[in-house]
Parts: sequence; structure tokens; C-alpha cells
Amino acid sequence: MTLSDLGHDDWTRFTLKQRLQRYAVFAACALAIGWAISSIEVIWAWVWDAPSQMGDLFGRMIPPDPSNLGAILRVLWETVNIATIATAFAVILSLPVAWLAAQNTTPSRATLWIGRFILVSSRSINTIIWALLFVAIFGPGIVAGIVAIMFRSIGFVGKLLGEAIEEIDKRPVEALEATGASRLKVIAYAIVPQVMPTFWAVSILRWDINLRESTVLGLVGAGGIGIILQGAIDTFNWREAATVLLAILGLVILGEIVSAWLRRRIL
Amino acid sequence: MSTQPAMPRDHWRKPSFIANPLLRWVVYGGAIFYVVWTLAWLPIDWVRVAEGVERAGRIFGGAFPPSFERSGLLIDGFLESLKIAILATFGGVILSIPIAFMAARNIVPLPVFYLGRAIIIVARSFHPVIVAIIFVKAVGFGPLAGVLTLIVYSIGFVAKMLAERIEEIDFGQVEAMRAAGAPYLSTLIYAVVPQIMPRQVGLTIYQLDSNLRASAVVGIVGAGGIGSTLANAFGRYDYDFALAITMVIVAAILLSEAVSGQIRKRL
Repeated sequence: MTLSDLGHDDWTRFTLKQRLQRYAVFAACALAIGWAISSIEVIWAWVWDAPSQMGDLFGRMIPPDPSNLGAILRVLWETVNIATIATAFAVILSLPVAWLAAQNTTPSRATLWIGRFILVSSRSINTIIWALLFVAIFGPGIVAGIVAIMFRSIGFVGKLLGEAIEEIDKRPVEALEATGASRLKVIAYAIVPQVMPTFWAVSILRWDINLRESTVLGLVGAGGIGIILQGAIDTFNWREAATVLLAILGLVILGEIVSAWLRRRIL
Repeated sequence: MSTQPAMPRDHWRKPSFIANPLLRWVVYGGAIFYVVWTLAWLPIDWVRVAEGVERAGRIFGGAFPPSFERSGLLIDGFLESLKIAILATFGGVILSIPIAFMAARNIVPLPVFYLGRAIIIVARSFHPVIVAIIFVKAVGFGPLAGVLTLIVYSIGFVAKMLAERIEEIDFGQVEAMRAAGAPYLSTLIYAVVPQIMPRQVGLTIYQLDSNLRASAVVGIVGAGGIGSTLANAFGRYDYDFALAITMVIVAAILLSEAVSGQIRKRL
């Protein structure tokens, strides 16, 4: 409350300065939106047509065609395997990276920056972009998908794990060091037990995310259910595409249930 | 057991992660069996994978040094991504408010609640890339498909978080409004909205950042933005240009993450 406000006999929620700030923010948002709308390359007739196009598309999806369900479920299982194997490898590989990227365990400043560089580059490139690269390297197929998911997951798991290592209680480490324990033993008996809960929580979370990501790998040729989806869409077989979409929906919901159950059991 | 002399326990062993030894070995054995069995059965062409090393050398050889020659194309793609992100955030946030109200158990009747939750679950379950290829088929290539995709993506996240916030509000204000005889809509606007607004602003900024990331990805399947530029560069084996694009994407993501983190911290 400033002096000038005392003149008001009406209640207002904001002071004049706050109101001006709010208007400025609103104006900036409106400007940004206006700029985006006016300069984006969109054929507006298509925009007004979009609802009917979407309706038409969904109309052609009904009823879903289950004739290929056996093959779809088999590839769906393959998708689960891609996600699980990739998560397992990524989690193992992220342990040393987390150790490098945590300020209190990293051997030197140089290794700290190496660790951070690995985390940042892994994290800021999306799985699909990694997949593009690995499809070019390994050729279309499951290996590209597994490696792509691994590369993206290392950054995610490593970052959260590194933060957990930085937040540990230092006293067990000091106690072990005082007894003359080797570096490896300090890690095994003082650090690992403290980050175990985070480790499992992050692994389960990442598995859940990877399950979703692995469903789209096929769209760039990196294996999994996406290949069938792409095939169905390219041949305008919308009823089969609908079956695939329902299968993916089921998989994702099931994955969420399983990861919630695992979290309850382990943590 | 009692015949054995009581050994003095001078040796401490770390308690095992799974207390029951039988269950422990079953879990460990099962995990190893799963990994071996899956790796054996996944359709992996090892010969082709082995060629990958040499190809990786060629690709990275072609990628260095990154080429910024066609930076005009790069800037156009990036600005388009930014426009897509802004419009999708605007649309998604506006739409997510009514859906969040529908999905909050404490203010709507049960059937509406189930409908709201169902919308959120469907929007969240599908990876943006899958949503994008459907929109690309429905409304054609270009940024419009990207905007629509990211609107769905934003709804999945923002509406879910907002619904959770609405379920946590202080209900006293709602009761006060009801006691004063306010109609349903006024109750929502004056008693609920002020309580959720700070959260909504934070979510909006987070989502803008998140949409910018995602817009780089949905472009790969033809939904406009810098992702399309990247996919084209990859398709034409322009690895030096692709590396330049990737570097710009990473820099933009890091910058937007830092900015959005700063703003949210100050809210």
C-alpha cells in the first residue's frame, strides 16, 4: 500500500503499478499471438475445413478392423521389449555419467564438465531425432530404436540421479573415509544405499515414458508398432489404423498401471 | 541349527535389496532370462549393425564442420516452430480450462467428471508424433497440423495439472459464494478461478517451453517448423546442415528452458 492508494474508497485487487504491469504482460502476449497468427503460413480455408475433415477421418475409422490383431499384438510386445531393454541399458550406462556429473563425487572439474556435456546433449535431443540419426547409421530396424531410446534416457536418468547424489547426507561418506575405505567401497556402502530409492523411482518413470516413445519410433523406421501404424495410414487403411491406435492406448494405460504398482511395491 | 556353535558376528553383510532369498533369485534369474531371451528373439540384423560403425564414421565425417550456409532456411524453420508453439500454447491453454473444470471431481457431477478425465487420458496417451501424422493426413502438410497436434498435447498436460489444482482449492470461498446465492458460473469465476490462476500462469509458461521442444519433433512427420527442415536435410544426406539445425535446436531448447525456469521461479 502506498500513500496514493489511500485516496481510493473502492476496493481494488491490484495497485496501479500492478495493473499497468499486468496490462503490459497482456499486451505482450497479444502481440506475440497476433504476430504468430498473421505471419504463419496457413491456408485459412483449410482451418475452417479442419473440423469436417477430422470428422470424416474418424468416420472412416469406425468400426476398427481387428482382422490383423494377432500381428499387431505381436509387434506391440516387441515395442514393450524395445522400451524395456533400452531402459535397462540406459539406466546402467547412466550410473557412471551421474557419478561424473555430481559435484561431490566427480574426480575433477574436467570430468564434471564431461559429465554435464553428456547429460545436456543427450537430454536436449529428442528421441525421434536420435532415431533419425541411428536409422541412418544402423539401418531401419529395432537396433536403431533401442539405441535412440538409450541415448535420450541416459541424460534423463543421469541428471536426476546426479542431483540425488549431490543431495546425499555426507556423514556416512566421511565416516567410511575415516575408516580408510577405498573409493569403490565408499560408493558401494555410503552413496549407493542413499540414492537407491531415487534410482528405482527414476528408472520406473523413464520406463513409462519410454513405452510411449517406443510407439512412435516406427514412424521414422526404427522398429515397433509405429511401422504398422505408418503402413496402415499410408495405405489409407483407417480401420486398421484405429485398431493400432486403440492398442497403443491400451498399452500406455497398462504401462501406467504397472509402473504405479511397481512404485508401490519397491518404494 | 542349534548344534552349530554360535559364531561371533564379526562380519557385517549389506542387507539385500529383496529380503526373501527365494524371491530374490527368482527376480534376478527372471531378469537375466528376459534380457537374454529378448535379445535373442528380437529381429536384429547383426551384419547390418556391424556396418553401422563404418557408416557412423561417414555420417559424422560429412557432418563436420556444421554448415550454416543456408541459414535463411534455418531461421525460417525456427520462426515457424516458434509461431506453432505460441499458437498451440494459446489454444491449448484456453481449451484446457473448461476441460480441467470438467475433470475436477469436486465441482462437477460424476458423468461430466468421467468425460473430462477420458479426454485428458486420450490426449496424454498418444505421443505428439502419432497425433501429428493423423492431423497431417486430415488437414494437410504444414504448420496447421503442428498447431493442432500441440494443442492436443498441451491439453493433456495443462488440463491434468490444472484439474489436480482445482481439486485442492479452499472450498470455503465456493461455499460462501453459494450461500450468497451466486449462480454456478459466477461461483466458478469468482471463487475458483482466482485460486487456480497462479498455477495456470506457471503451467502456461512451462507448456510454451515444452511445445517449442515438441514442435521440433512433430515437424519430422510433416507438421511444419524446424523439424521439417531437419527431416529434409537428413533425407537429402545433408548431414552438415542437419548438424547445424540440431545445434540450433539444442541451443534454443537450453535458452527457453533457462528463461522459463527463471520466470517460473519469480512468479
